[in-house]
Amino acid sequence: MAGNQPSARPRSPHLQVYKWTPAMAVSIFHRVSGDGLAIVGGLMFLWWLGALAAGPDAYAAFLACVWHDPSPEIGTFHQITNILGKVVLIGLTWAFFQHLFSGLRHFVLDTGAGYELKTNKLWSSLVFIGSITATAAVWLYAFAEALNG
Amino acid sequence: MGNGTRLGRVRGLGSSHHGSAHWIQQRLTALANILLVTWFVVSMFRLPLGDHAAVLRWASNPTVALALILMVANVFWHLRLGLQVMIEDYVHGEATKILSLVLLNFYAIGGAAYGIFAIIRIALAPAAGLAPGGM
Repeated sequence: MAGNQPSARPRSPHLQVYKWTPAMAVSIFHRVSGDGLAIVGGLMFLWWLGALAAGPDAYAAFLACVWHDPSPEIGTFHQITNILGKVVLIGLTWAFFQHLFSGLRHFVLDTGAGYELKTNKLWSSLVFIGSITATAAVWLYAFAEALNG
Repeated sequence: MGNGTRLGRVRGLGSSHHGSAHWIQQRLTALANILLVTWFVVSMFRLPLGDHAAVLRWASNPTVALALILMVANVFWHLRLGLQVMIEDYVHGEATKILSLVLLNFYAIGGAAYGIFAIIRIALAPAAGLAPGGM
């Protein structure tokens, strides 16, 4: 097979040689956010669902690891995972909105519309603004709810 | 093969005669994901997630359980298609590529089966007279 031998033929340049534009960034982040959702999001979801099915003790163990360990002598491991869990969940929320809005953009592009330079740049930028705004909004809502009991 | 629409002209092409099937399935599962995953994310932010009994009551509702099963099947099919393209684009070397694709299929099918079985346990445990986690 030709796959493994280094070839003398010129190679296609990769990311680092191009000037970043919104359209290029939104395309790359569509893949990055999709990867994150598929692997990290998928595993987190299955962990949560399995703990929910396994009963109150397993569910409490899941929460103590990912969200908040209520024990007075909380170990270093859970101190770290409590912070990491929130970072991952906020990251997954962003990845969800990014992939959703970017996916909606792809549906429009699939119809053959939206390729004019200015239009393409505008909607690519709006995908980023939309995903960051939506992520901030839902987490501010969640933390406000938590504070109000 | 039709010759009217653009879709009709590509249907059945490619070396194995289903060149456009992957592309169409990705769009179809994406469309269903818009509904199912948006519903799920909204539910997650509205549920009291710290309360096991409340979340279990929600998940064991037949309509919710059905939607969750549909979501798991759809999400894992969509991610299988997406990650397959990623592997084909970025993993070079024949052996690692084949190994990656095998692992992807194990993850997608195994993950979906695990998720669907967990939902069935949640939904049917009360009918079987079992406490949560029994079965």
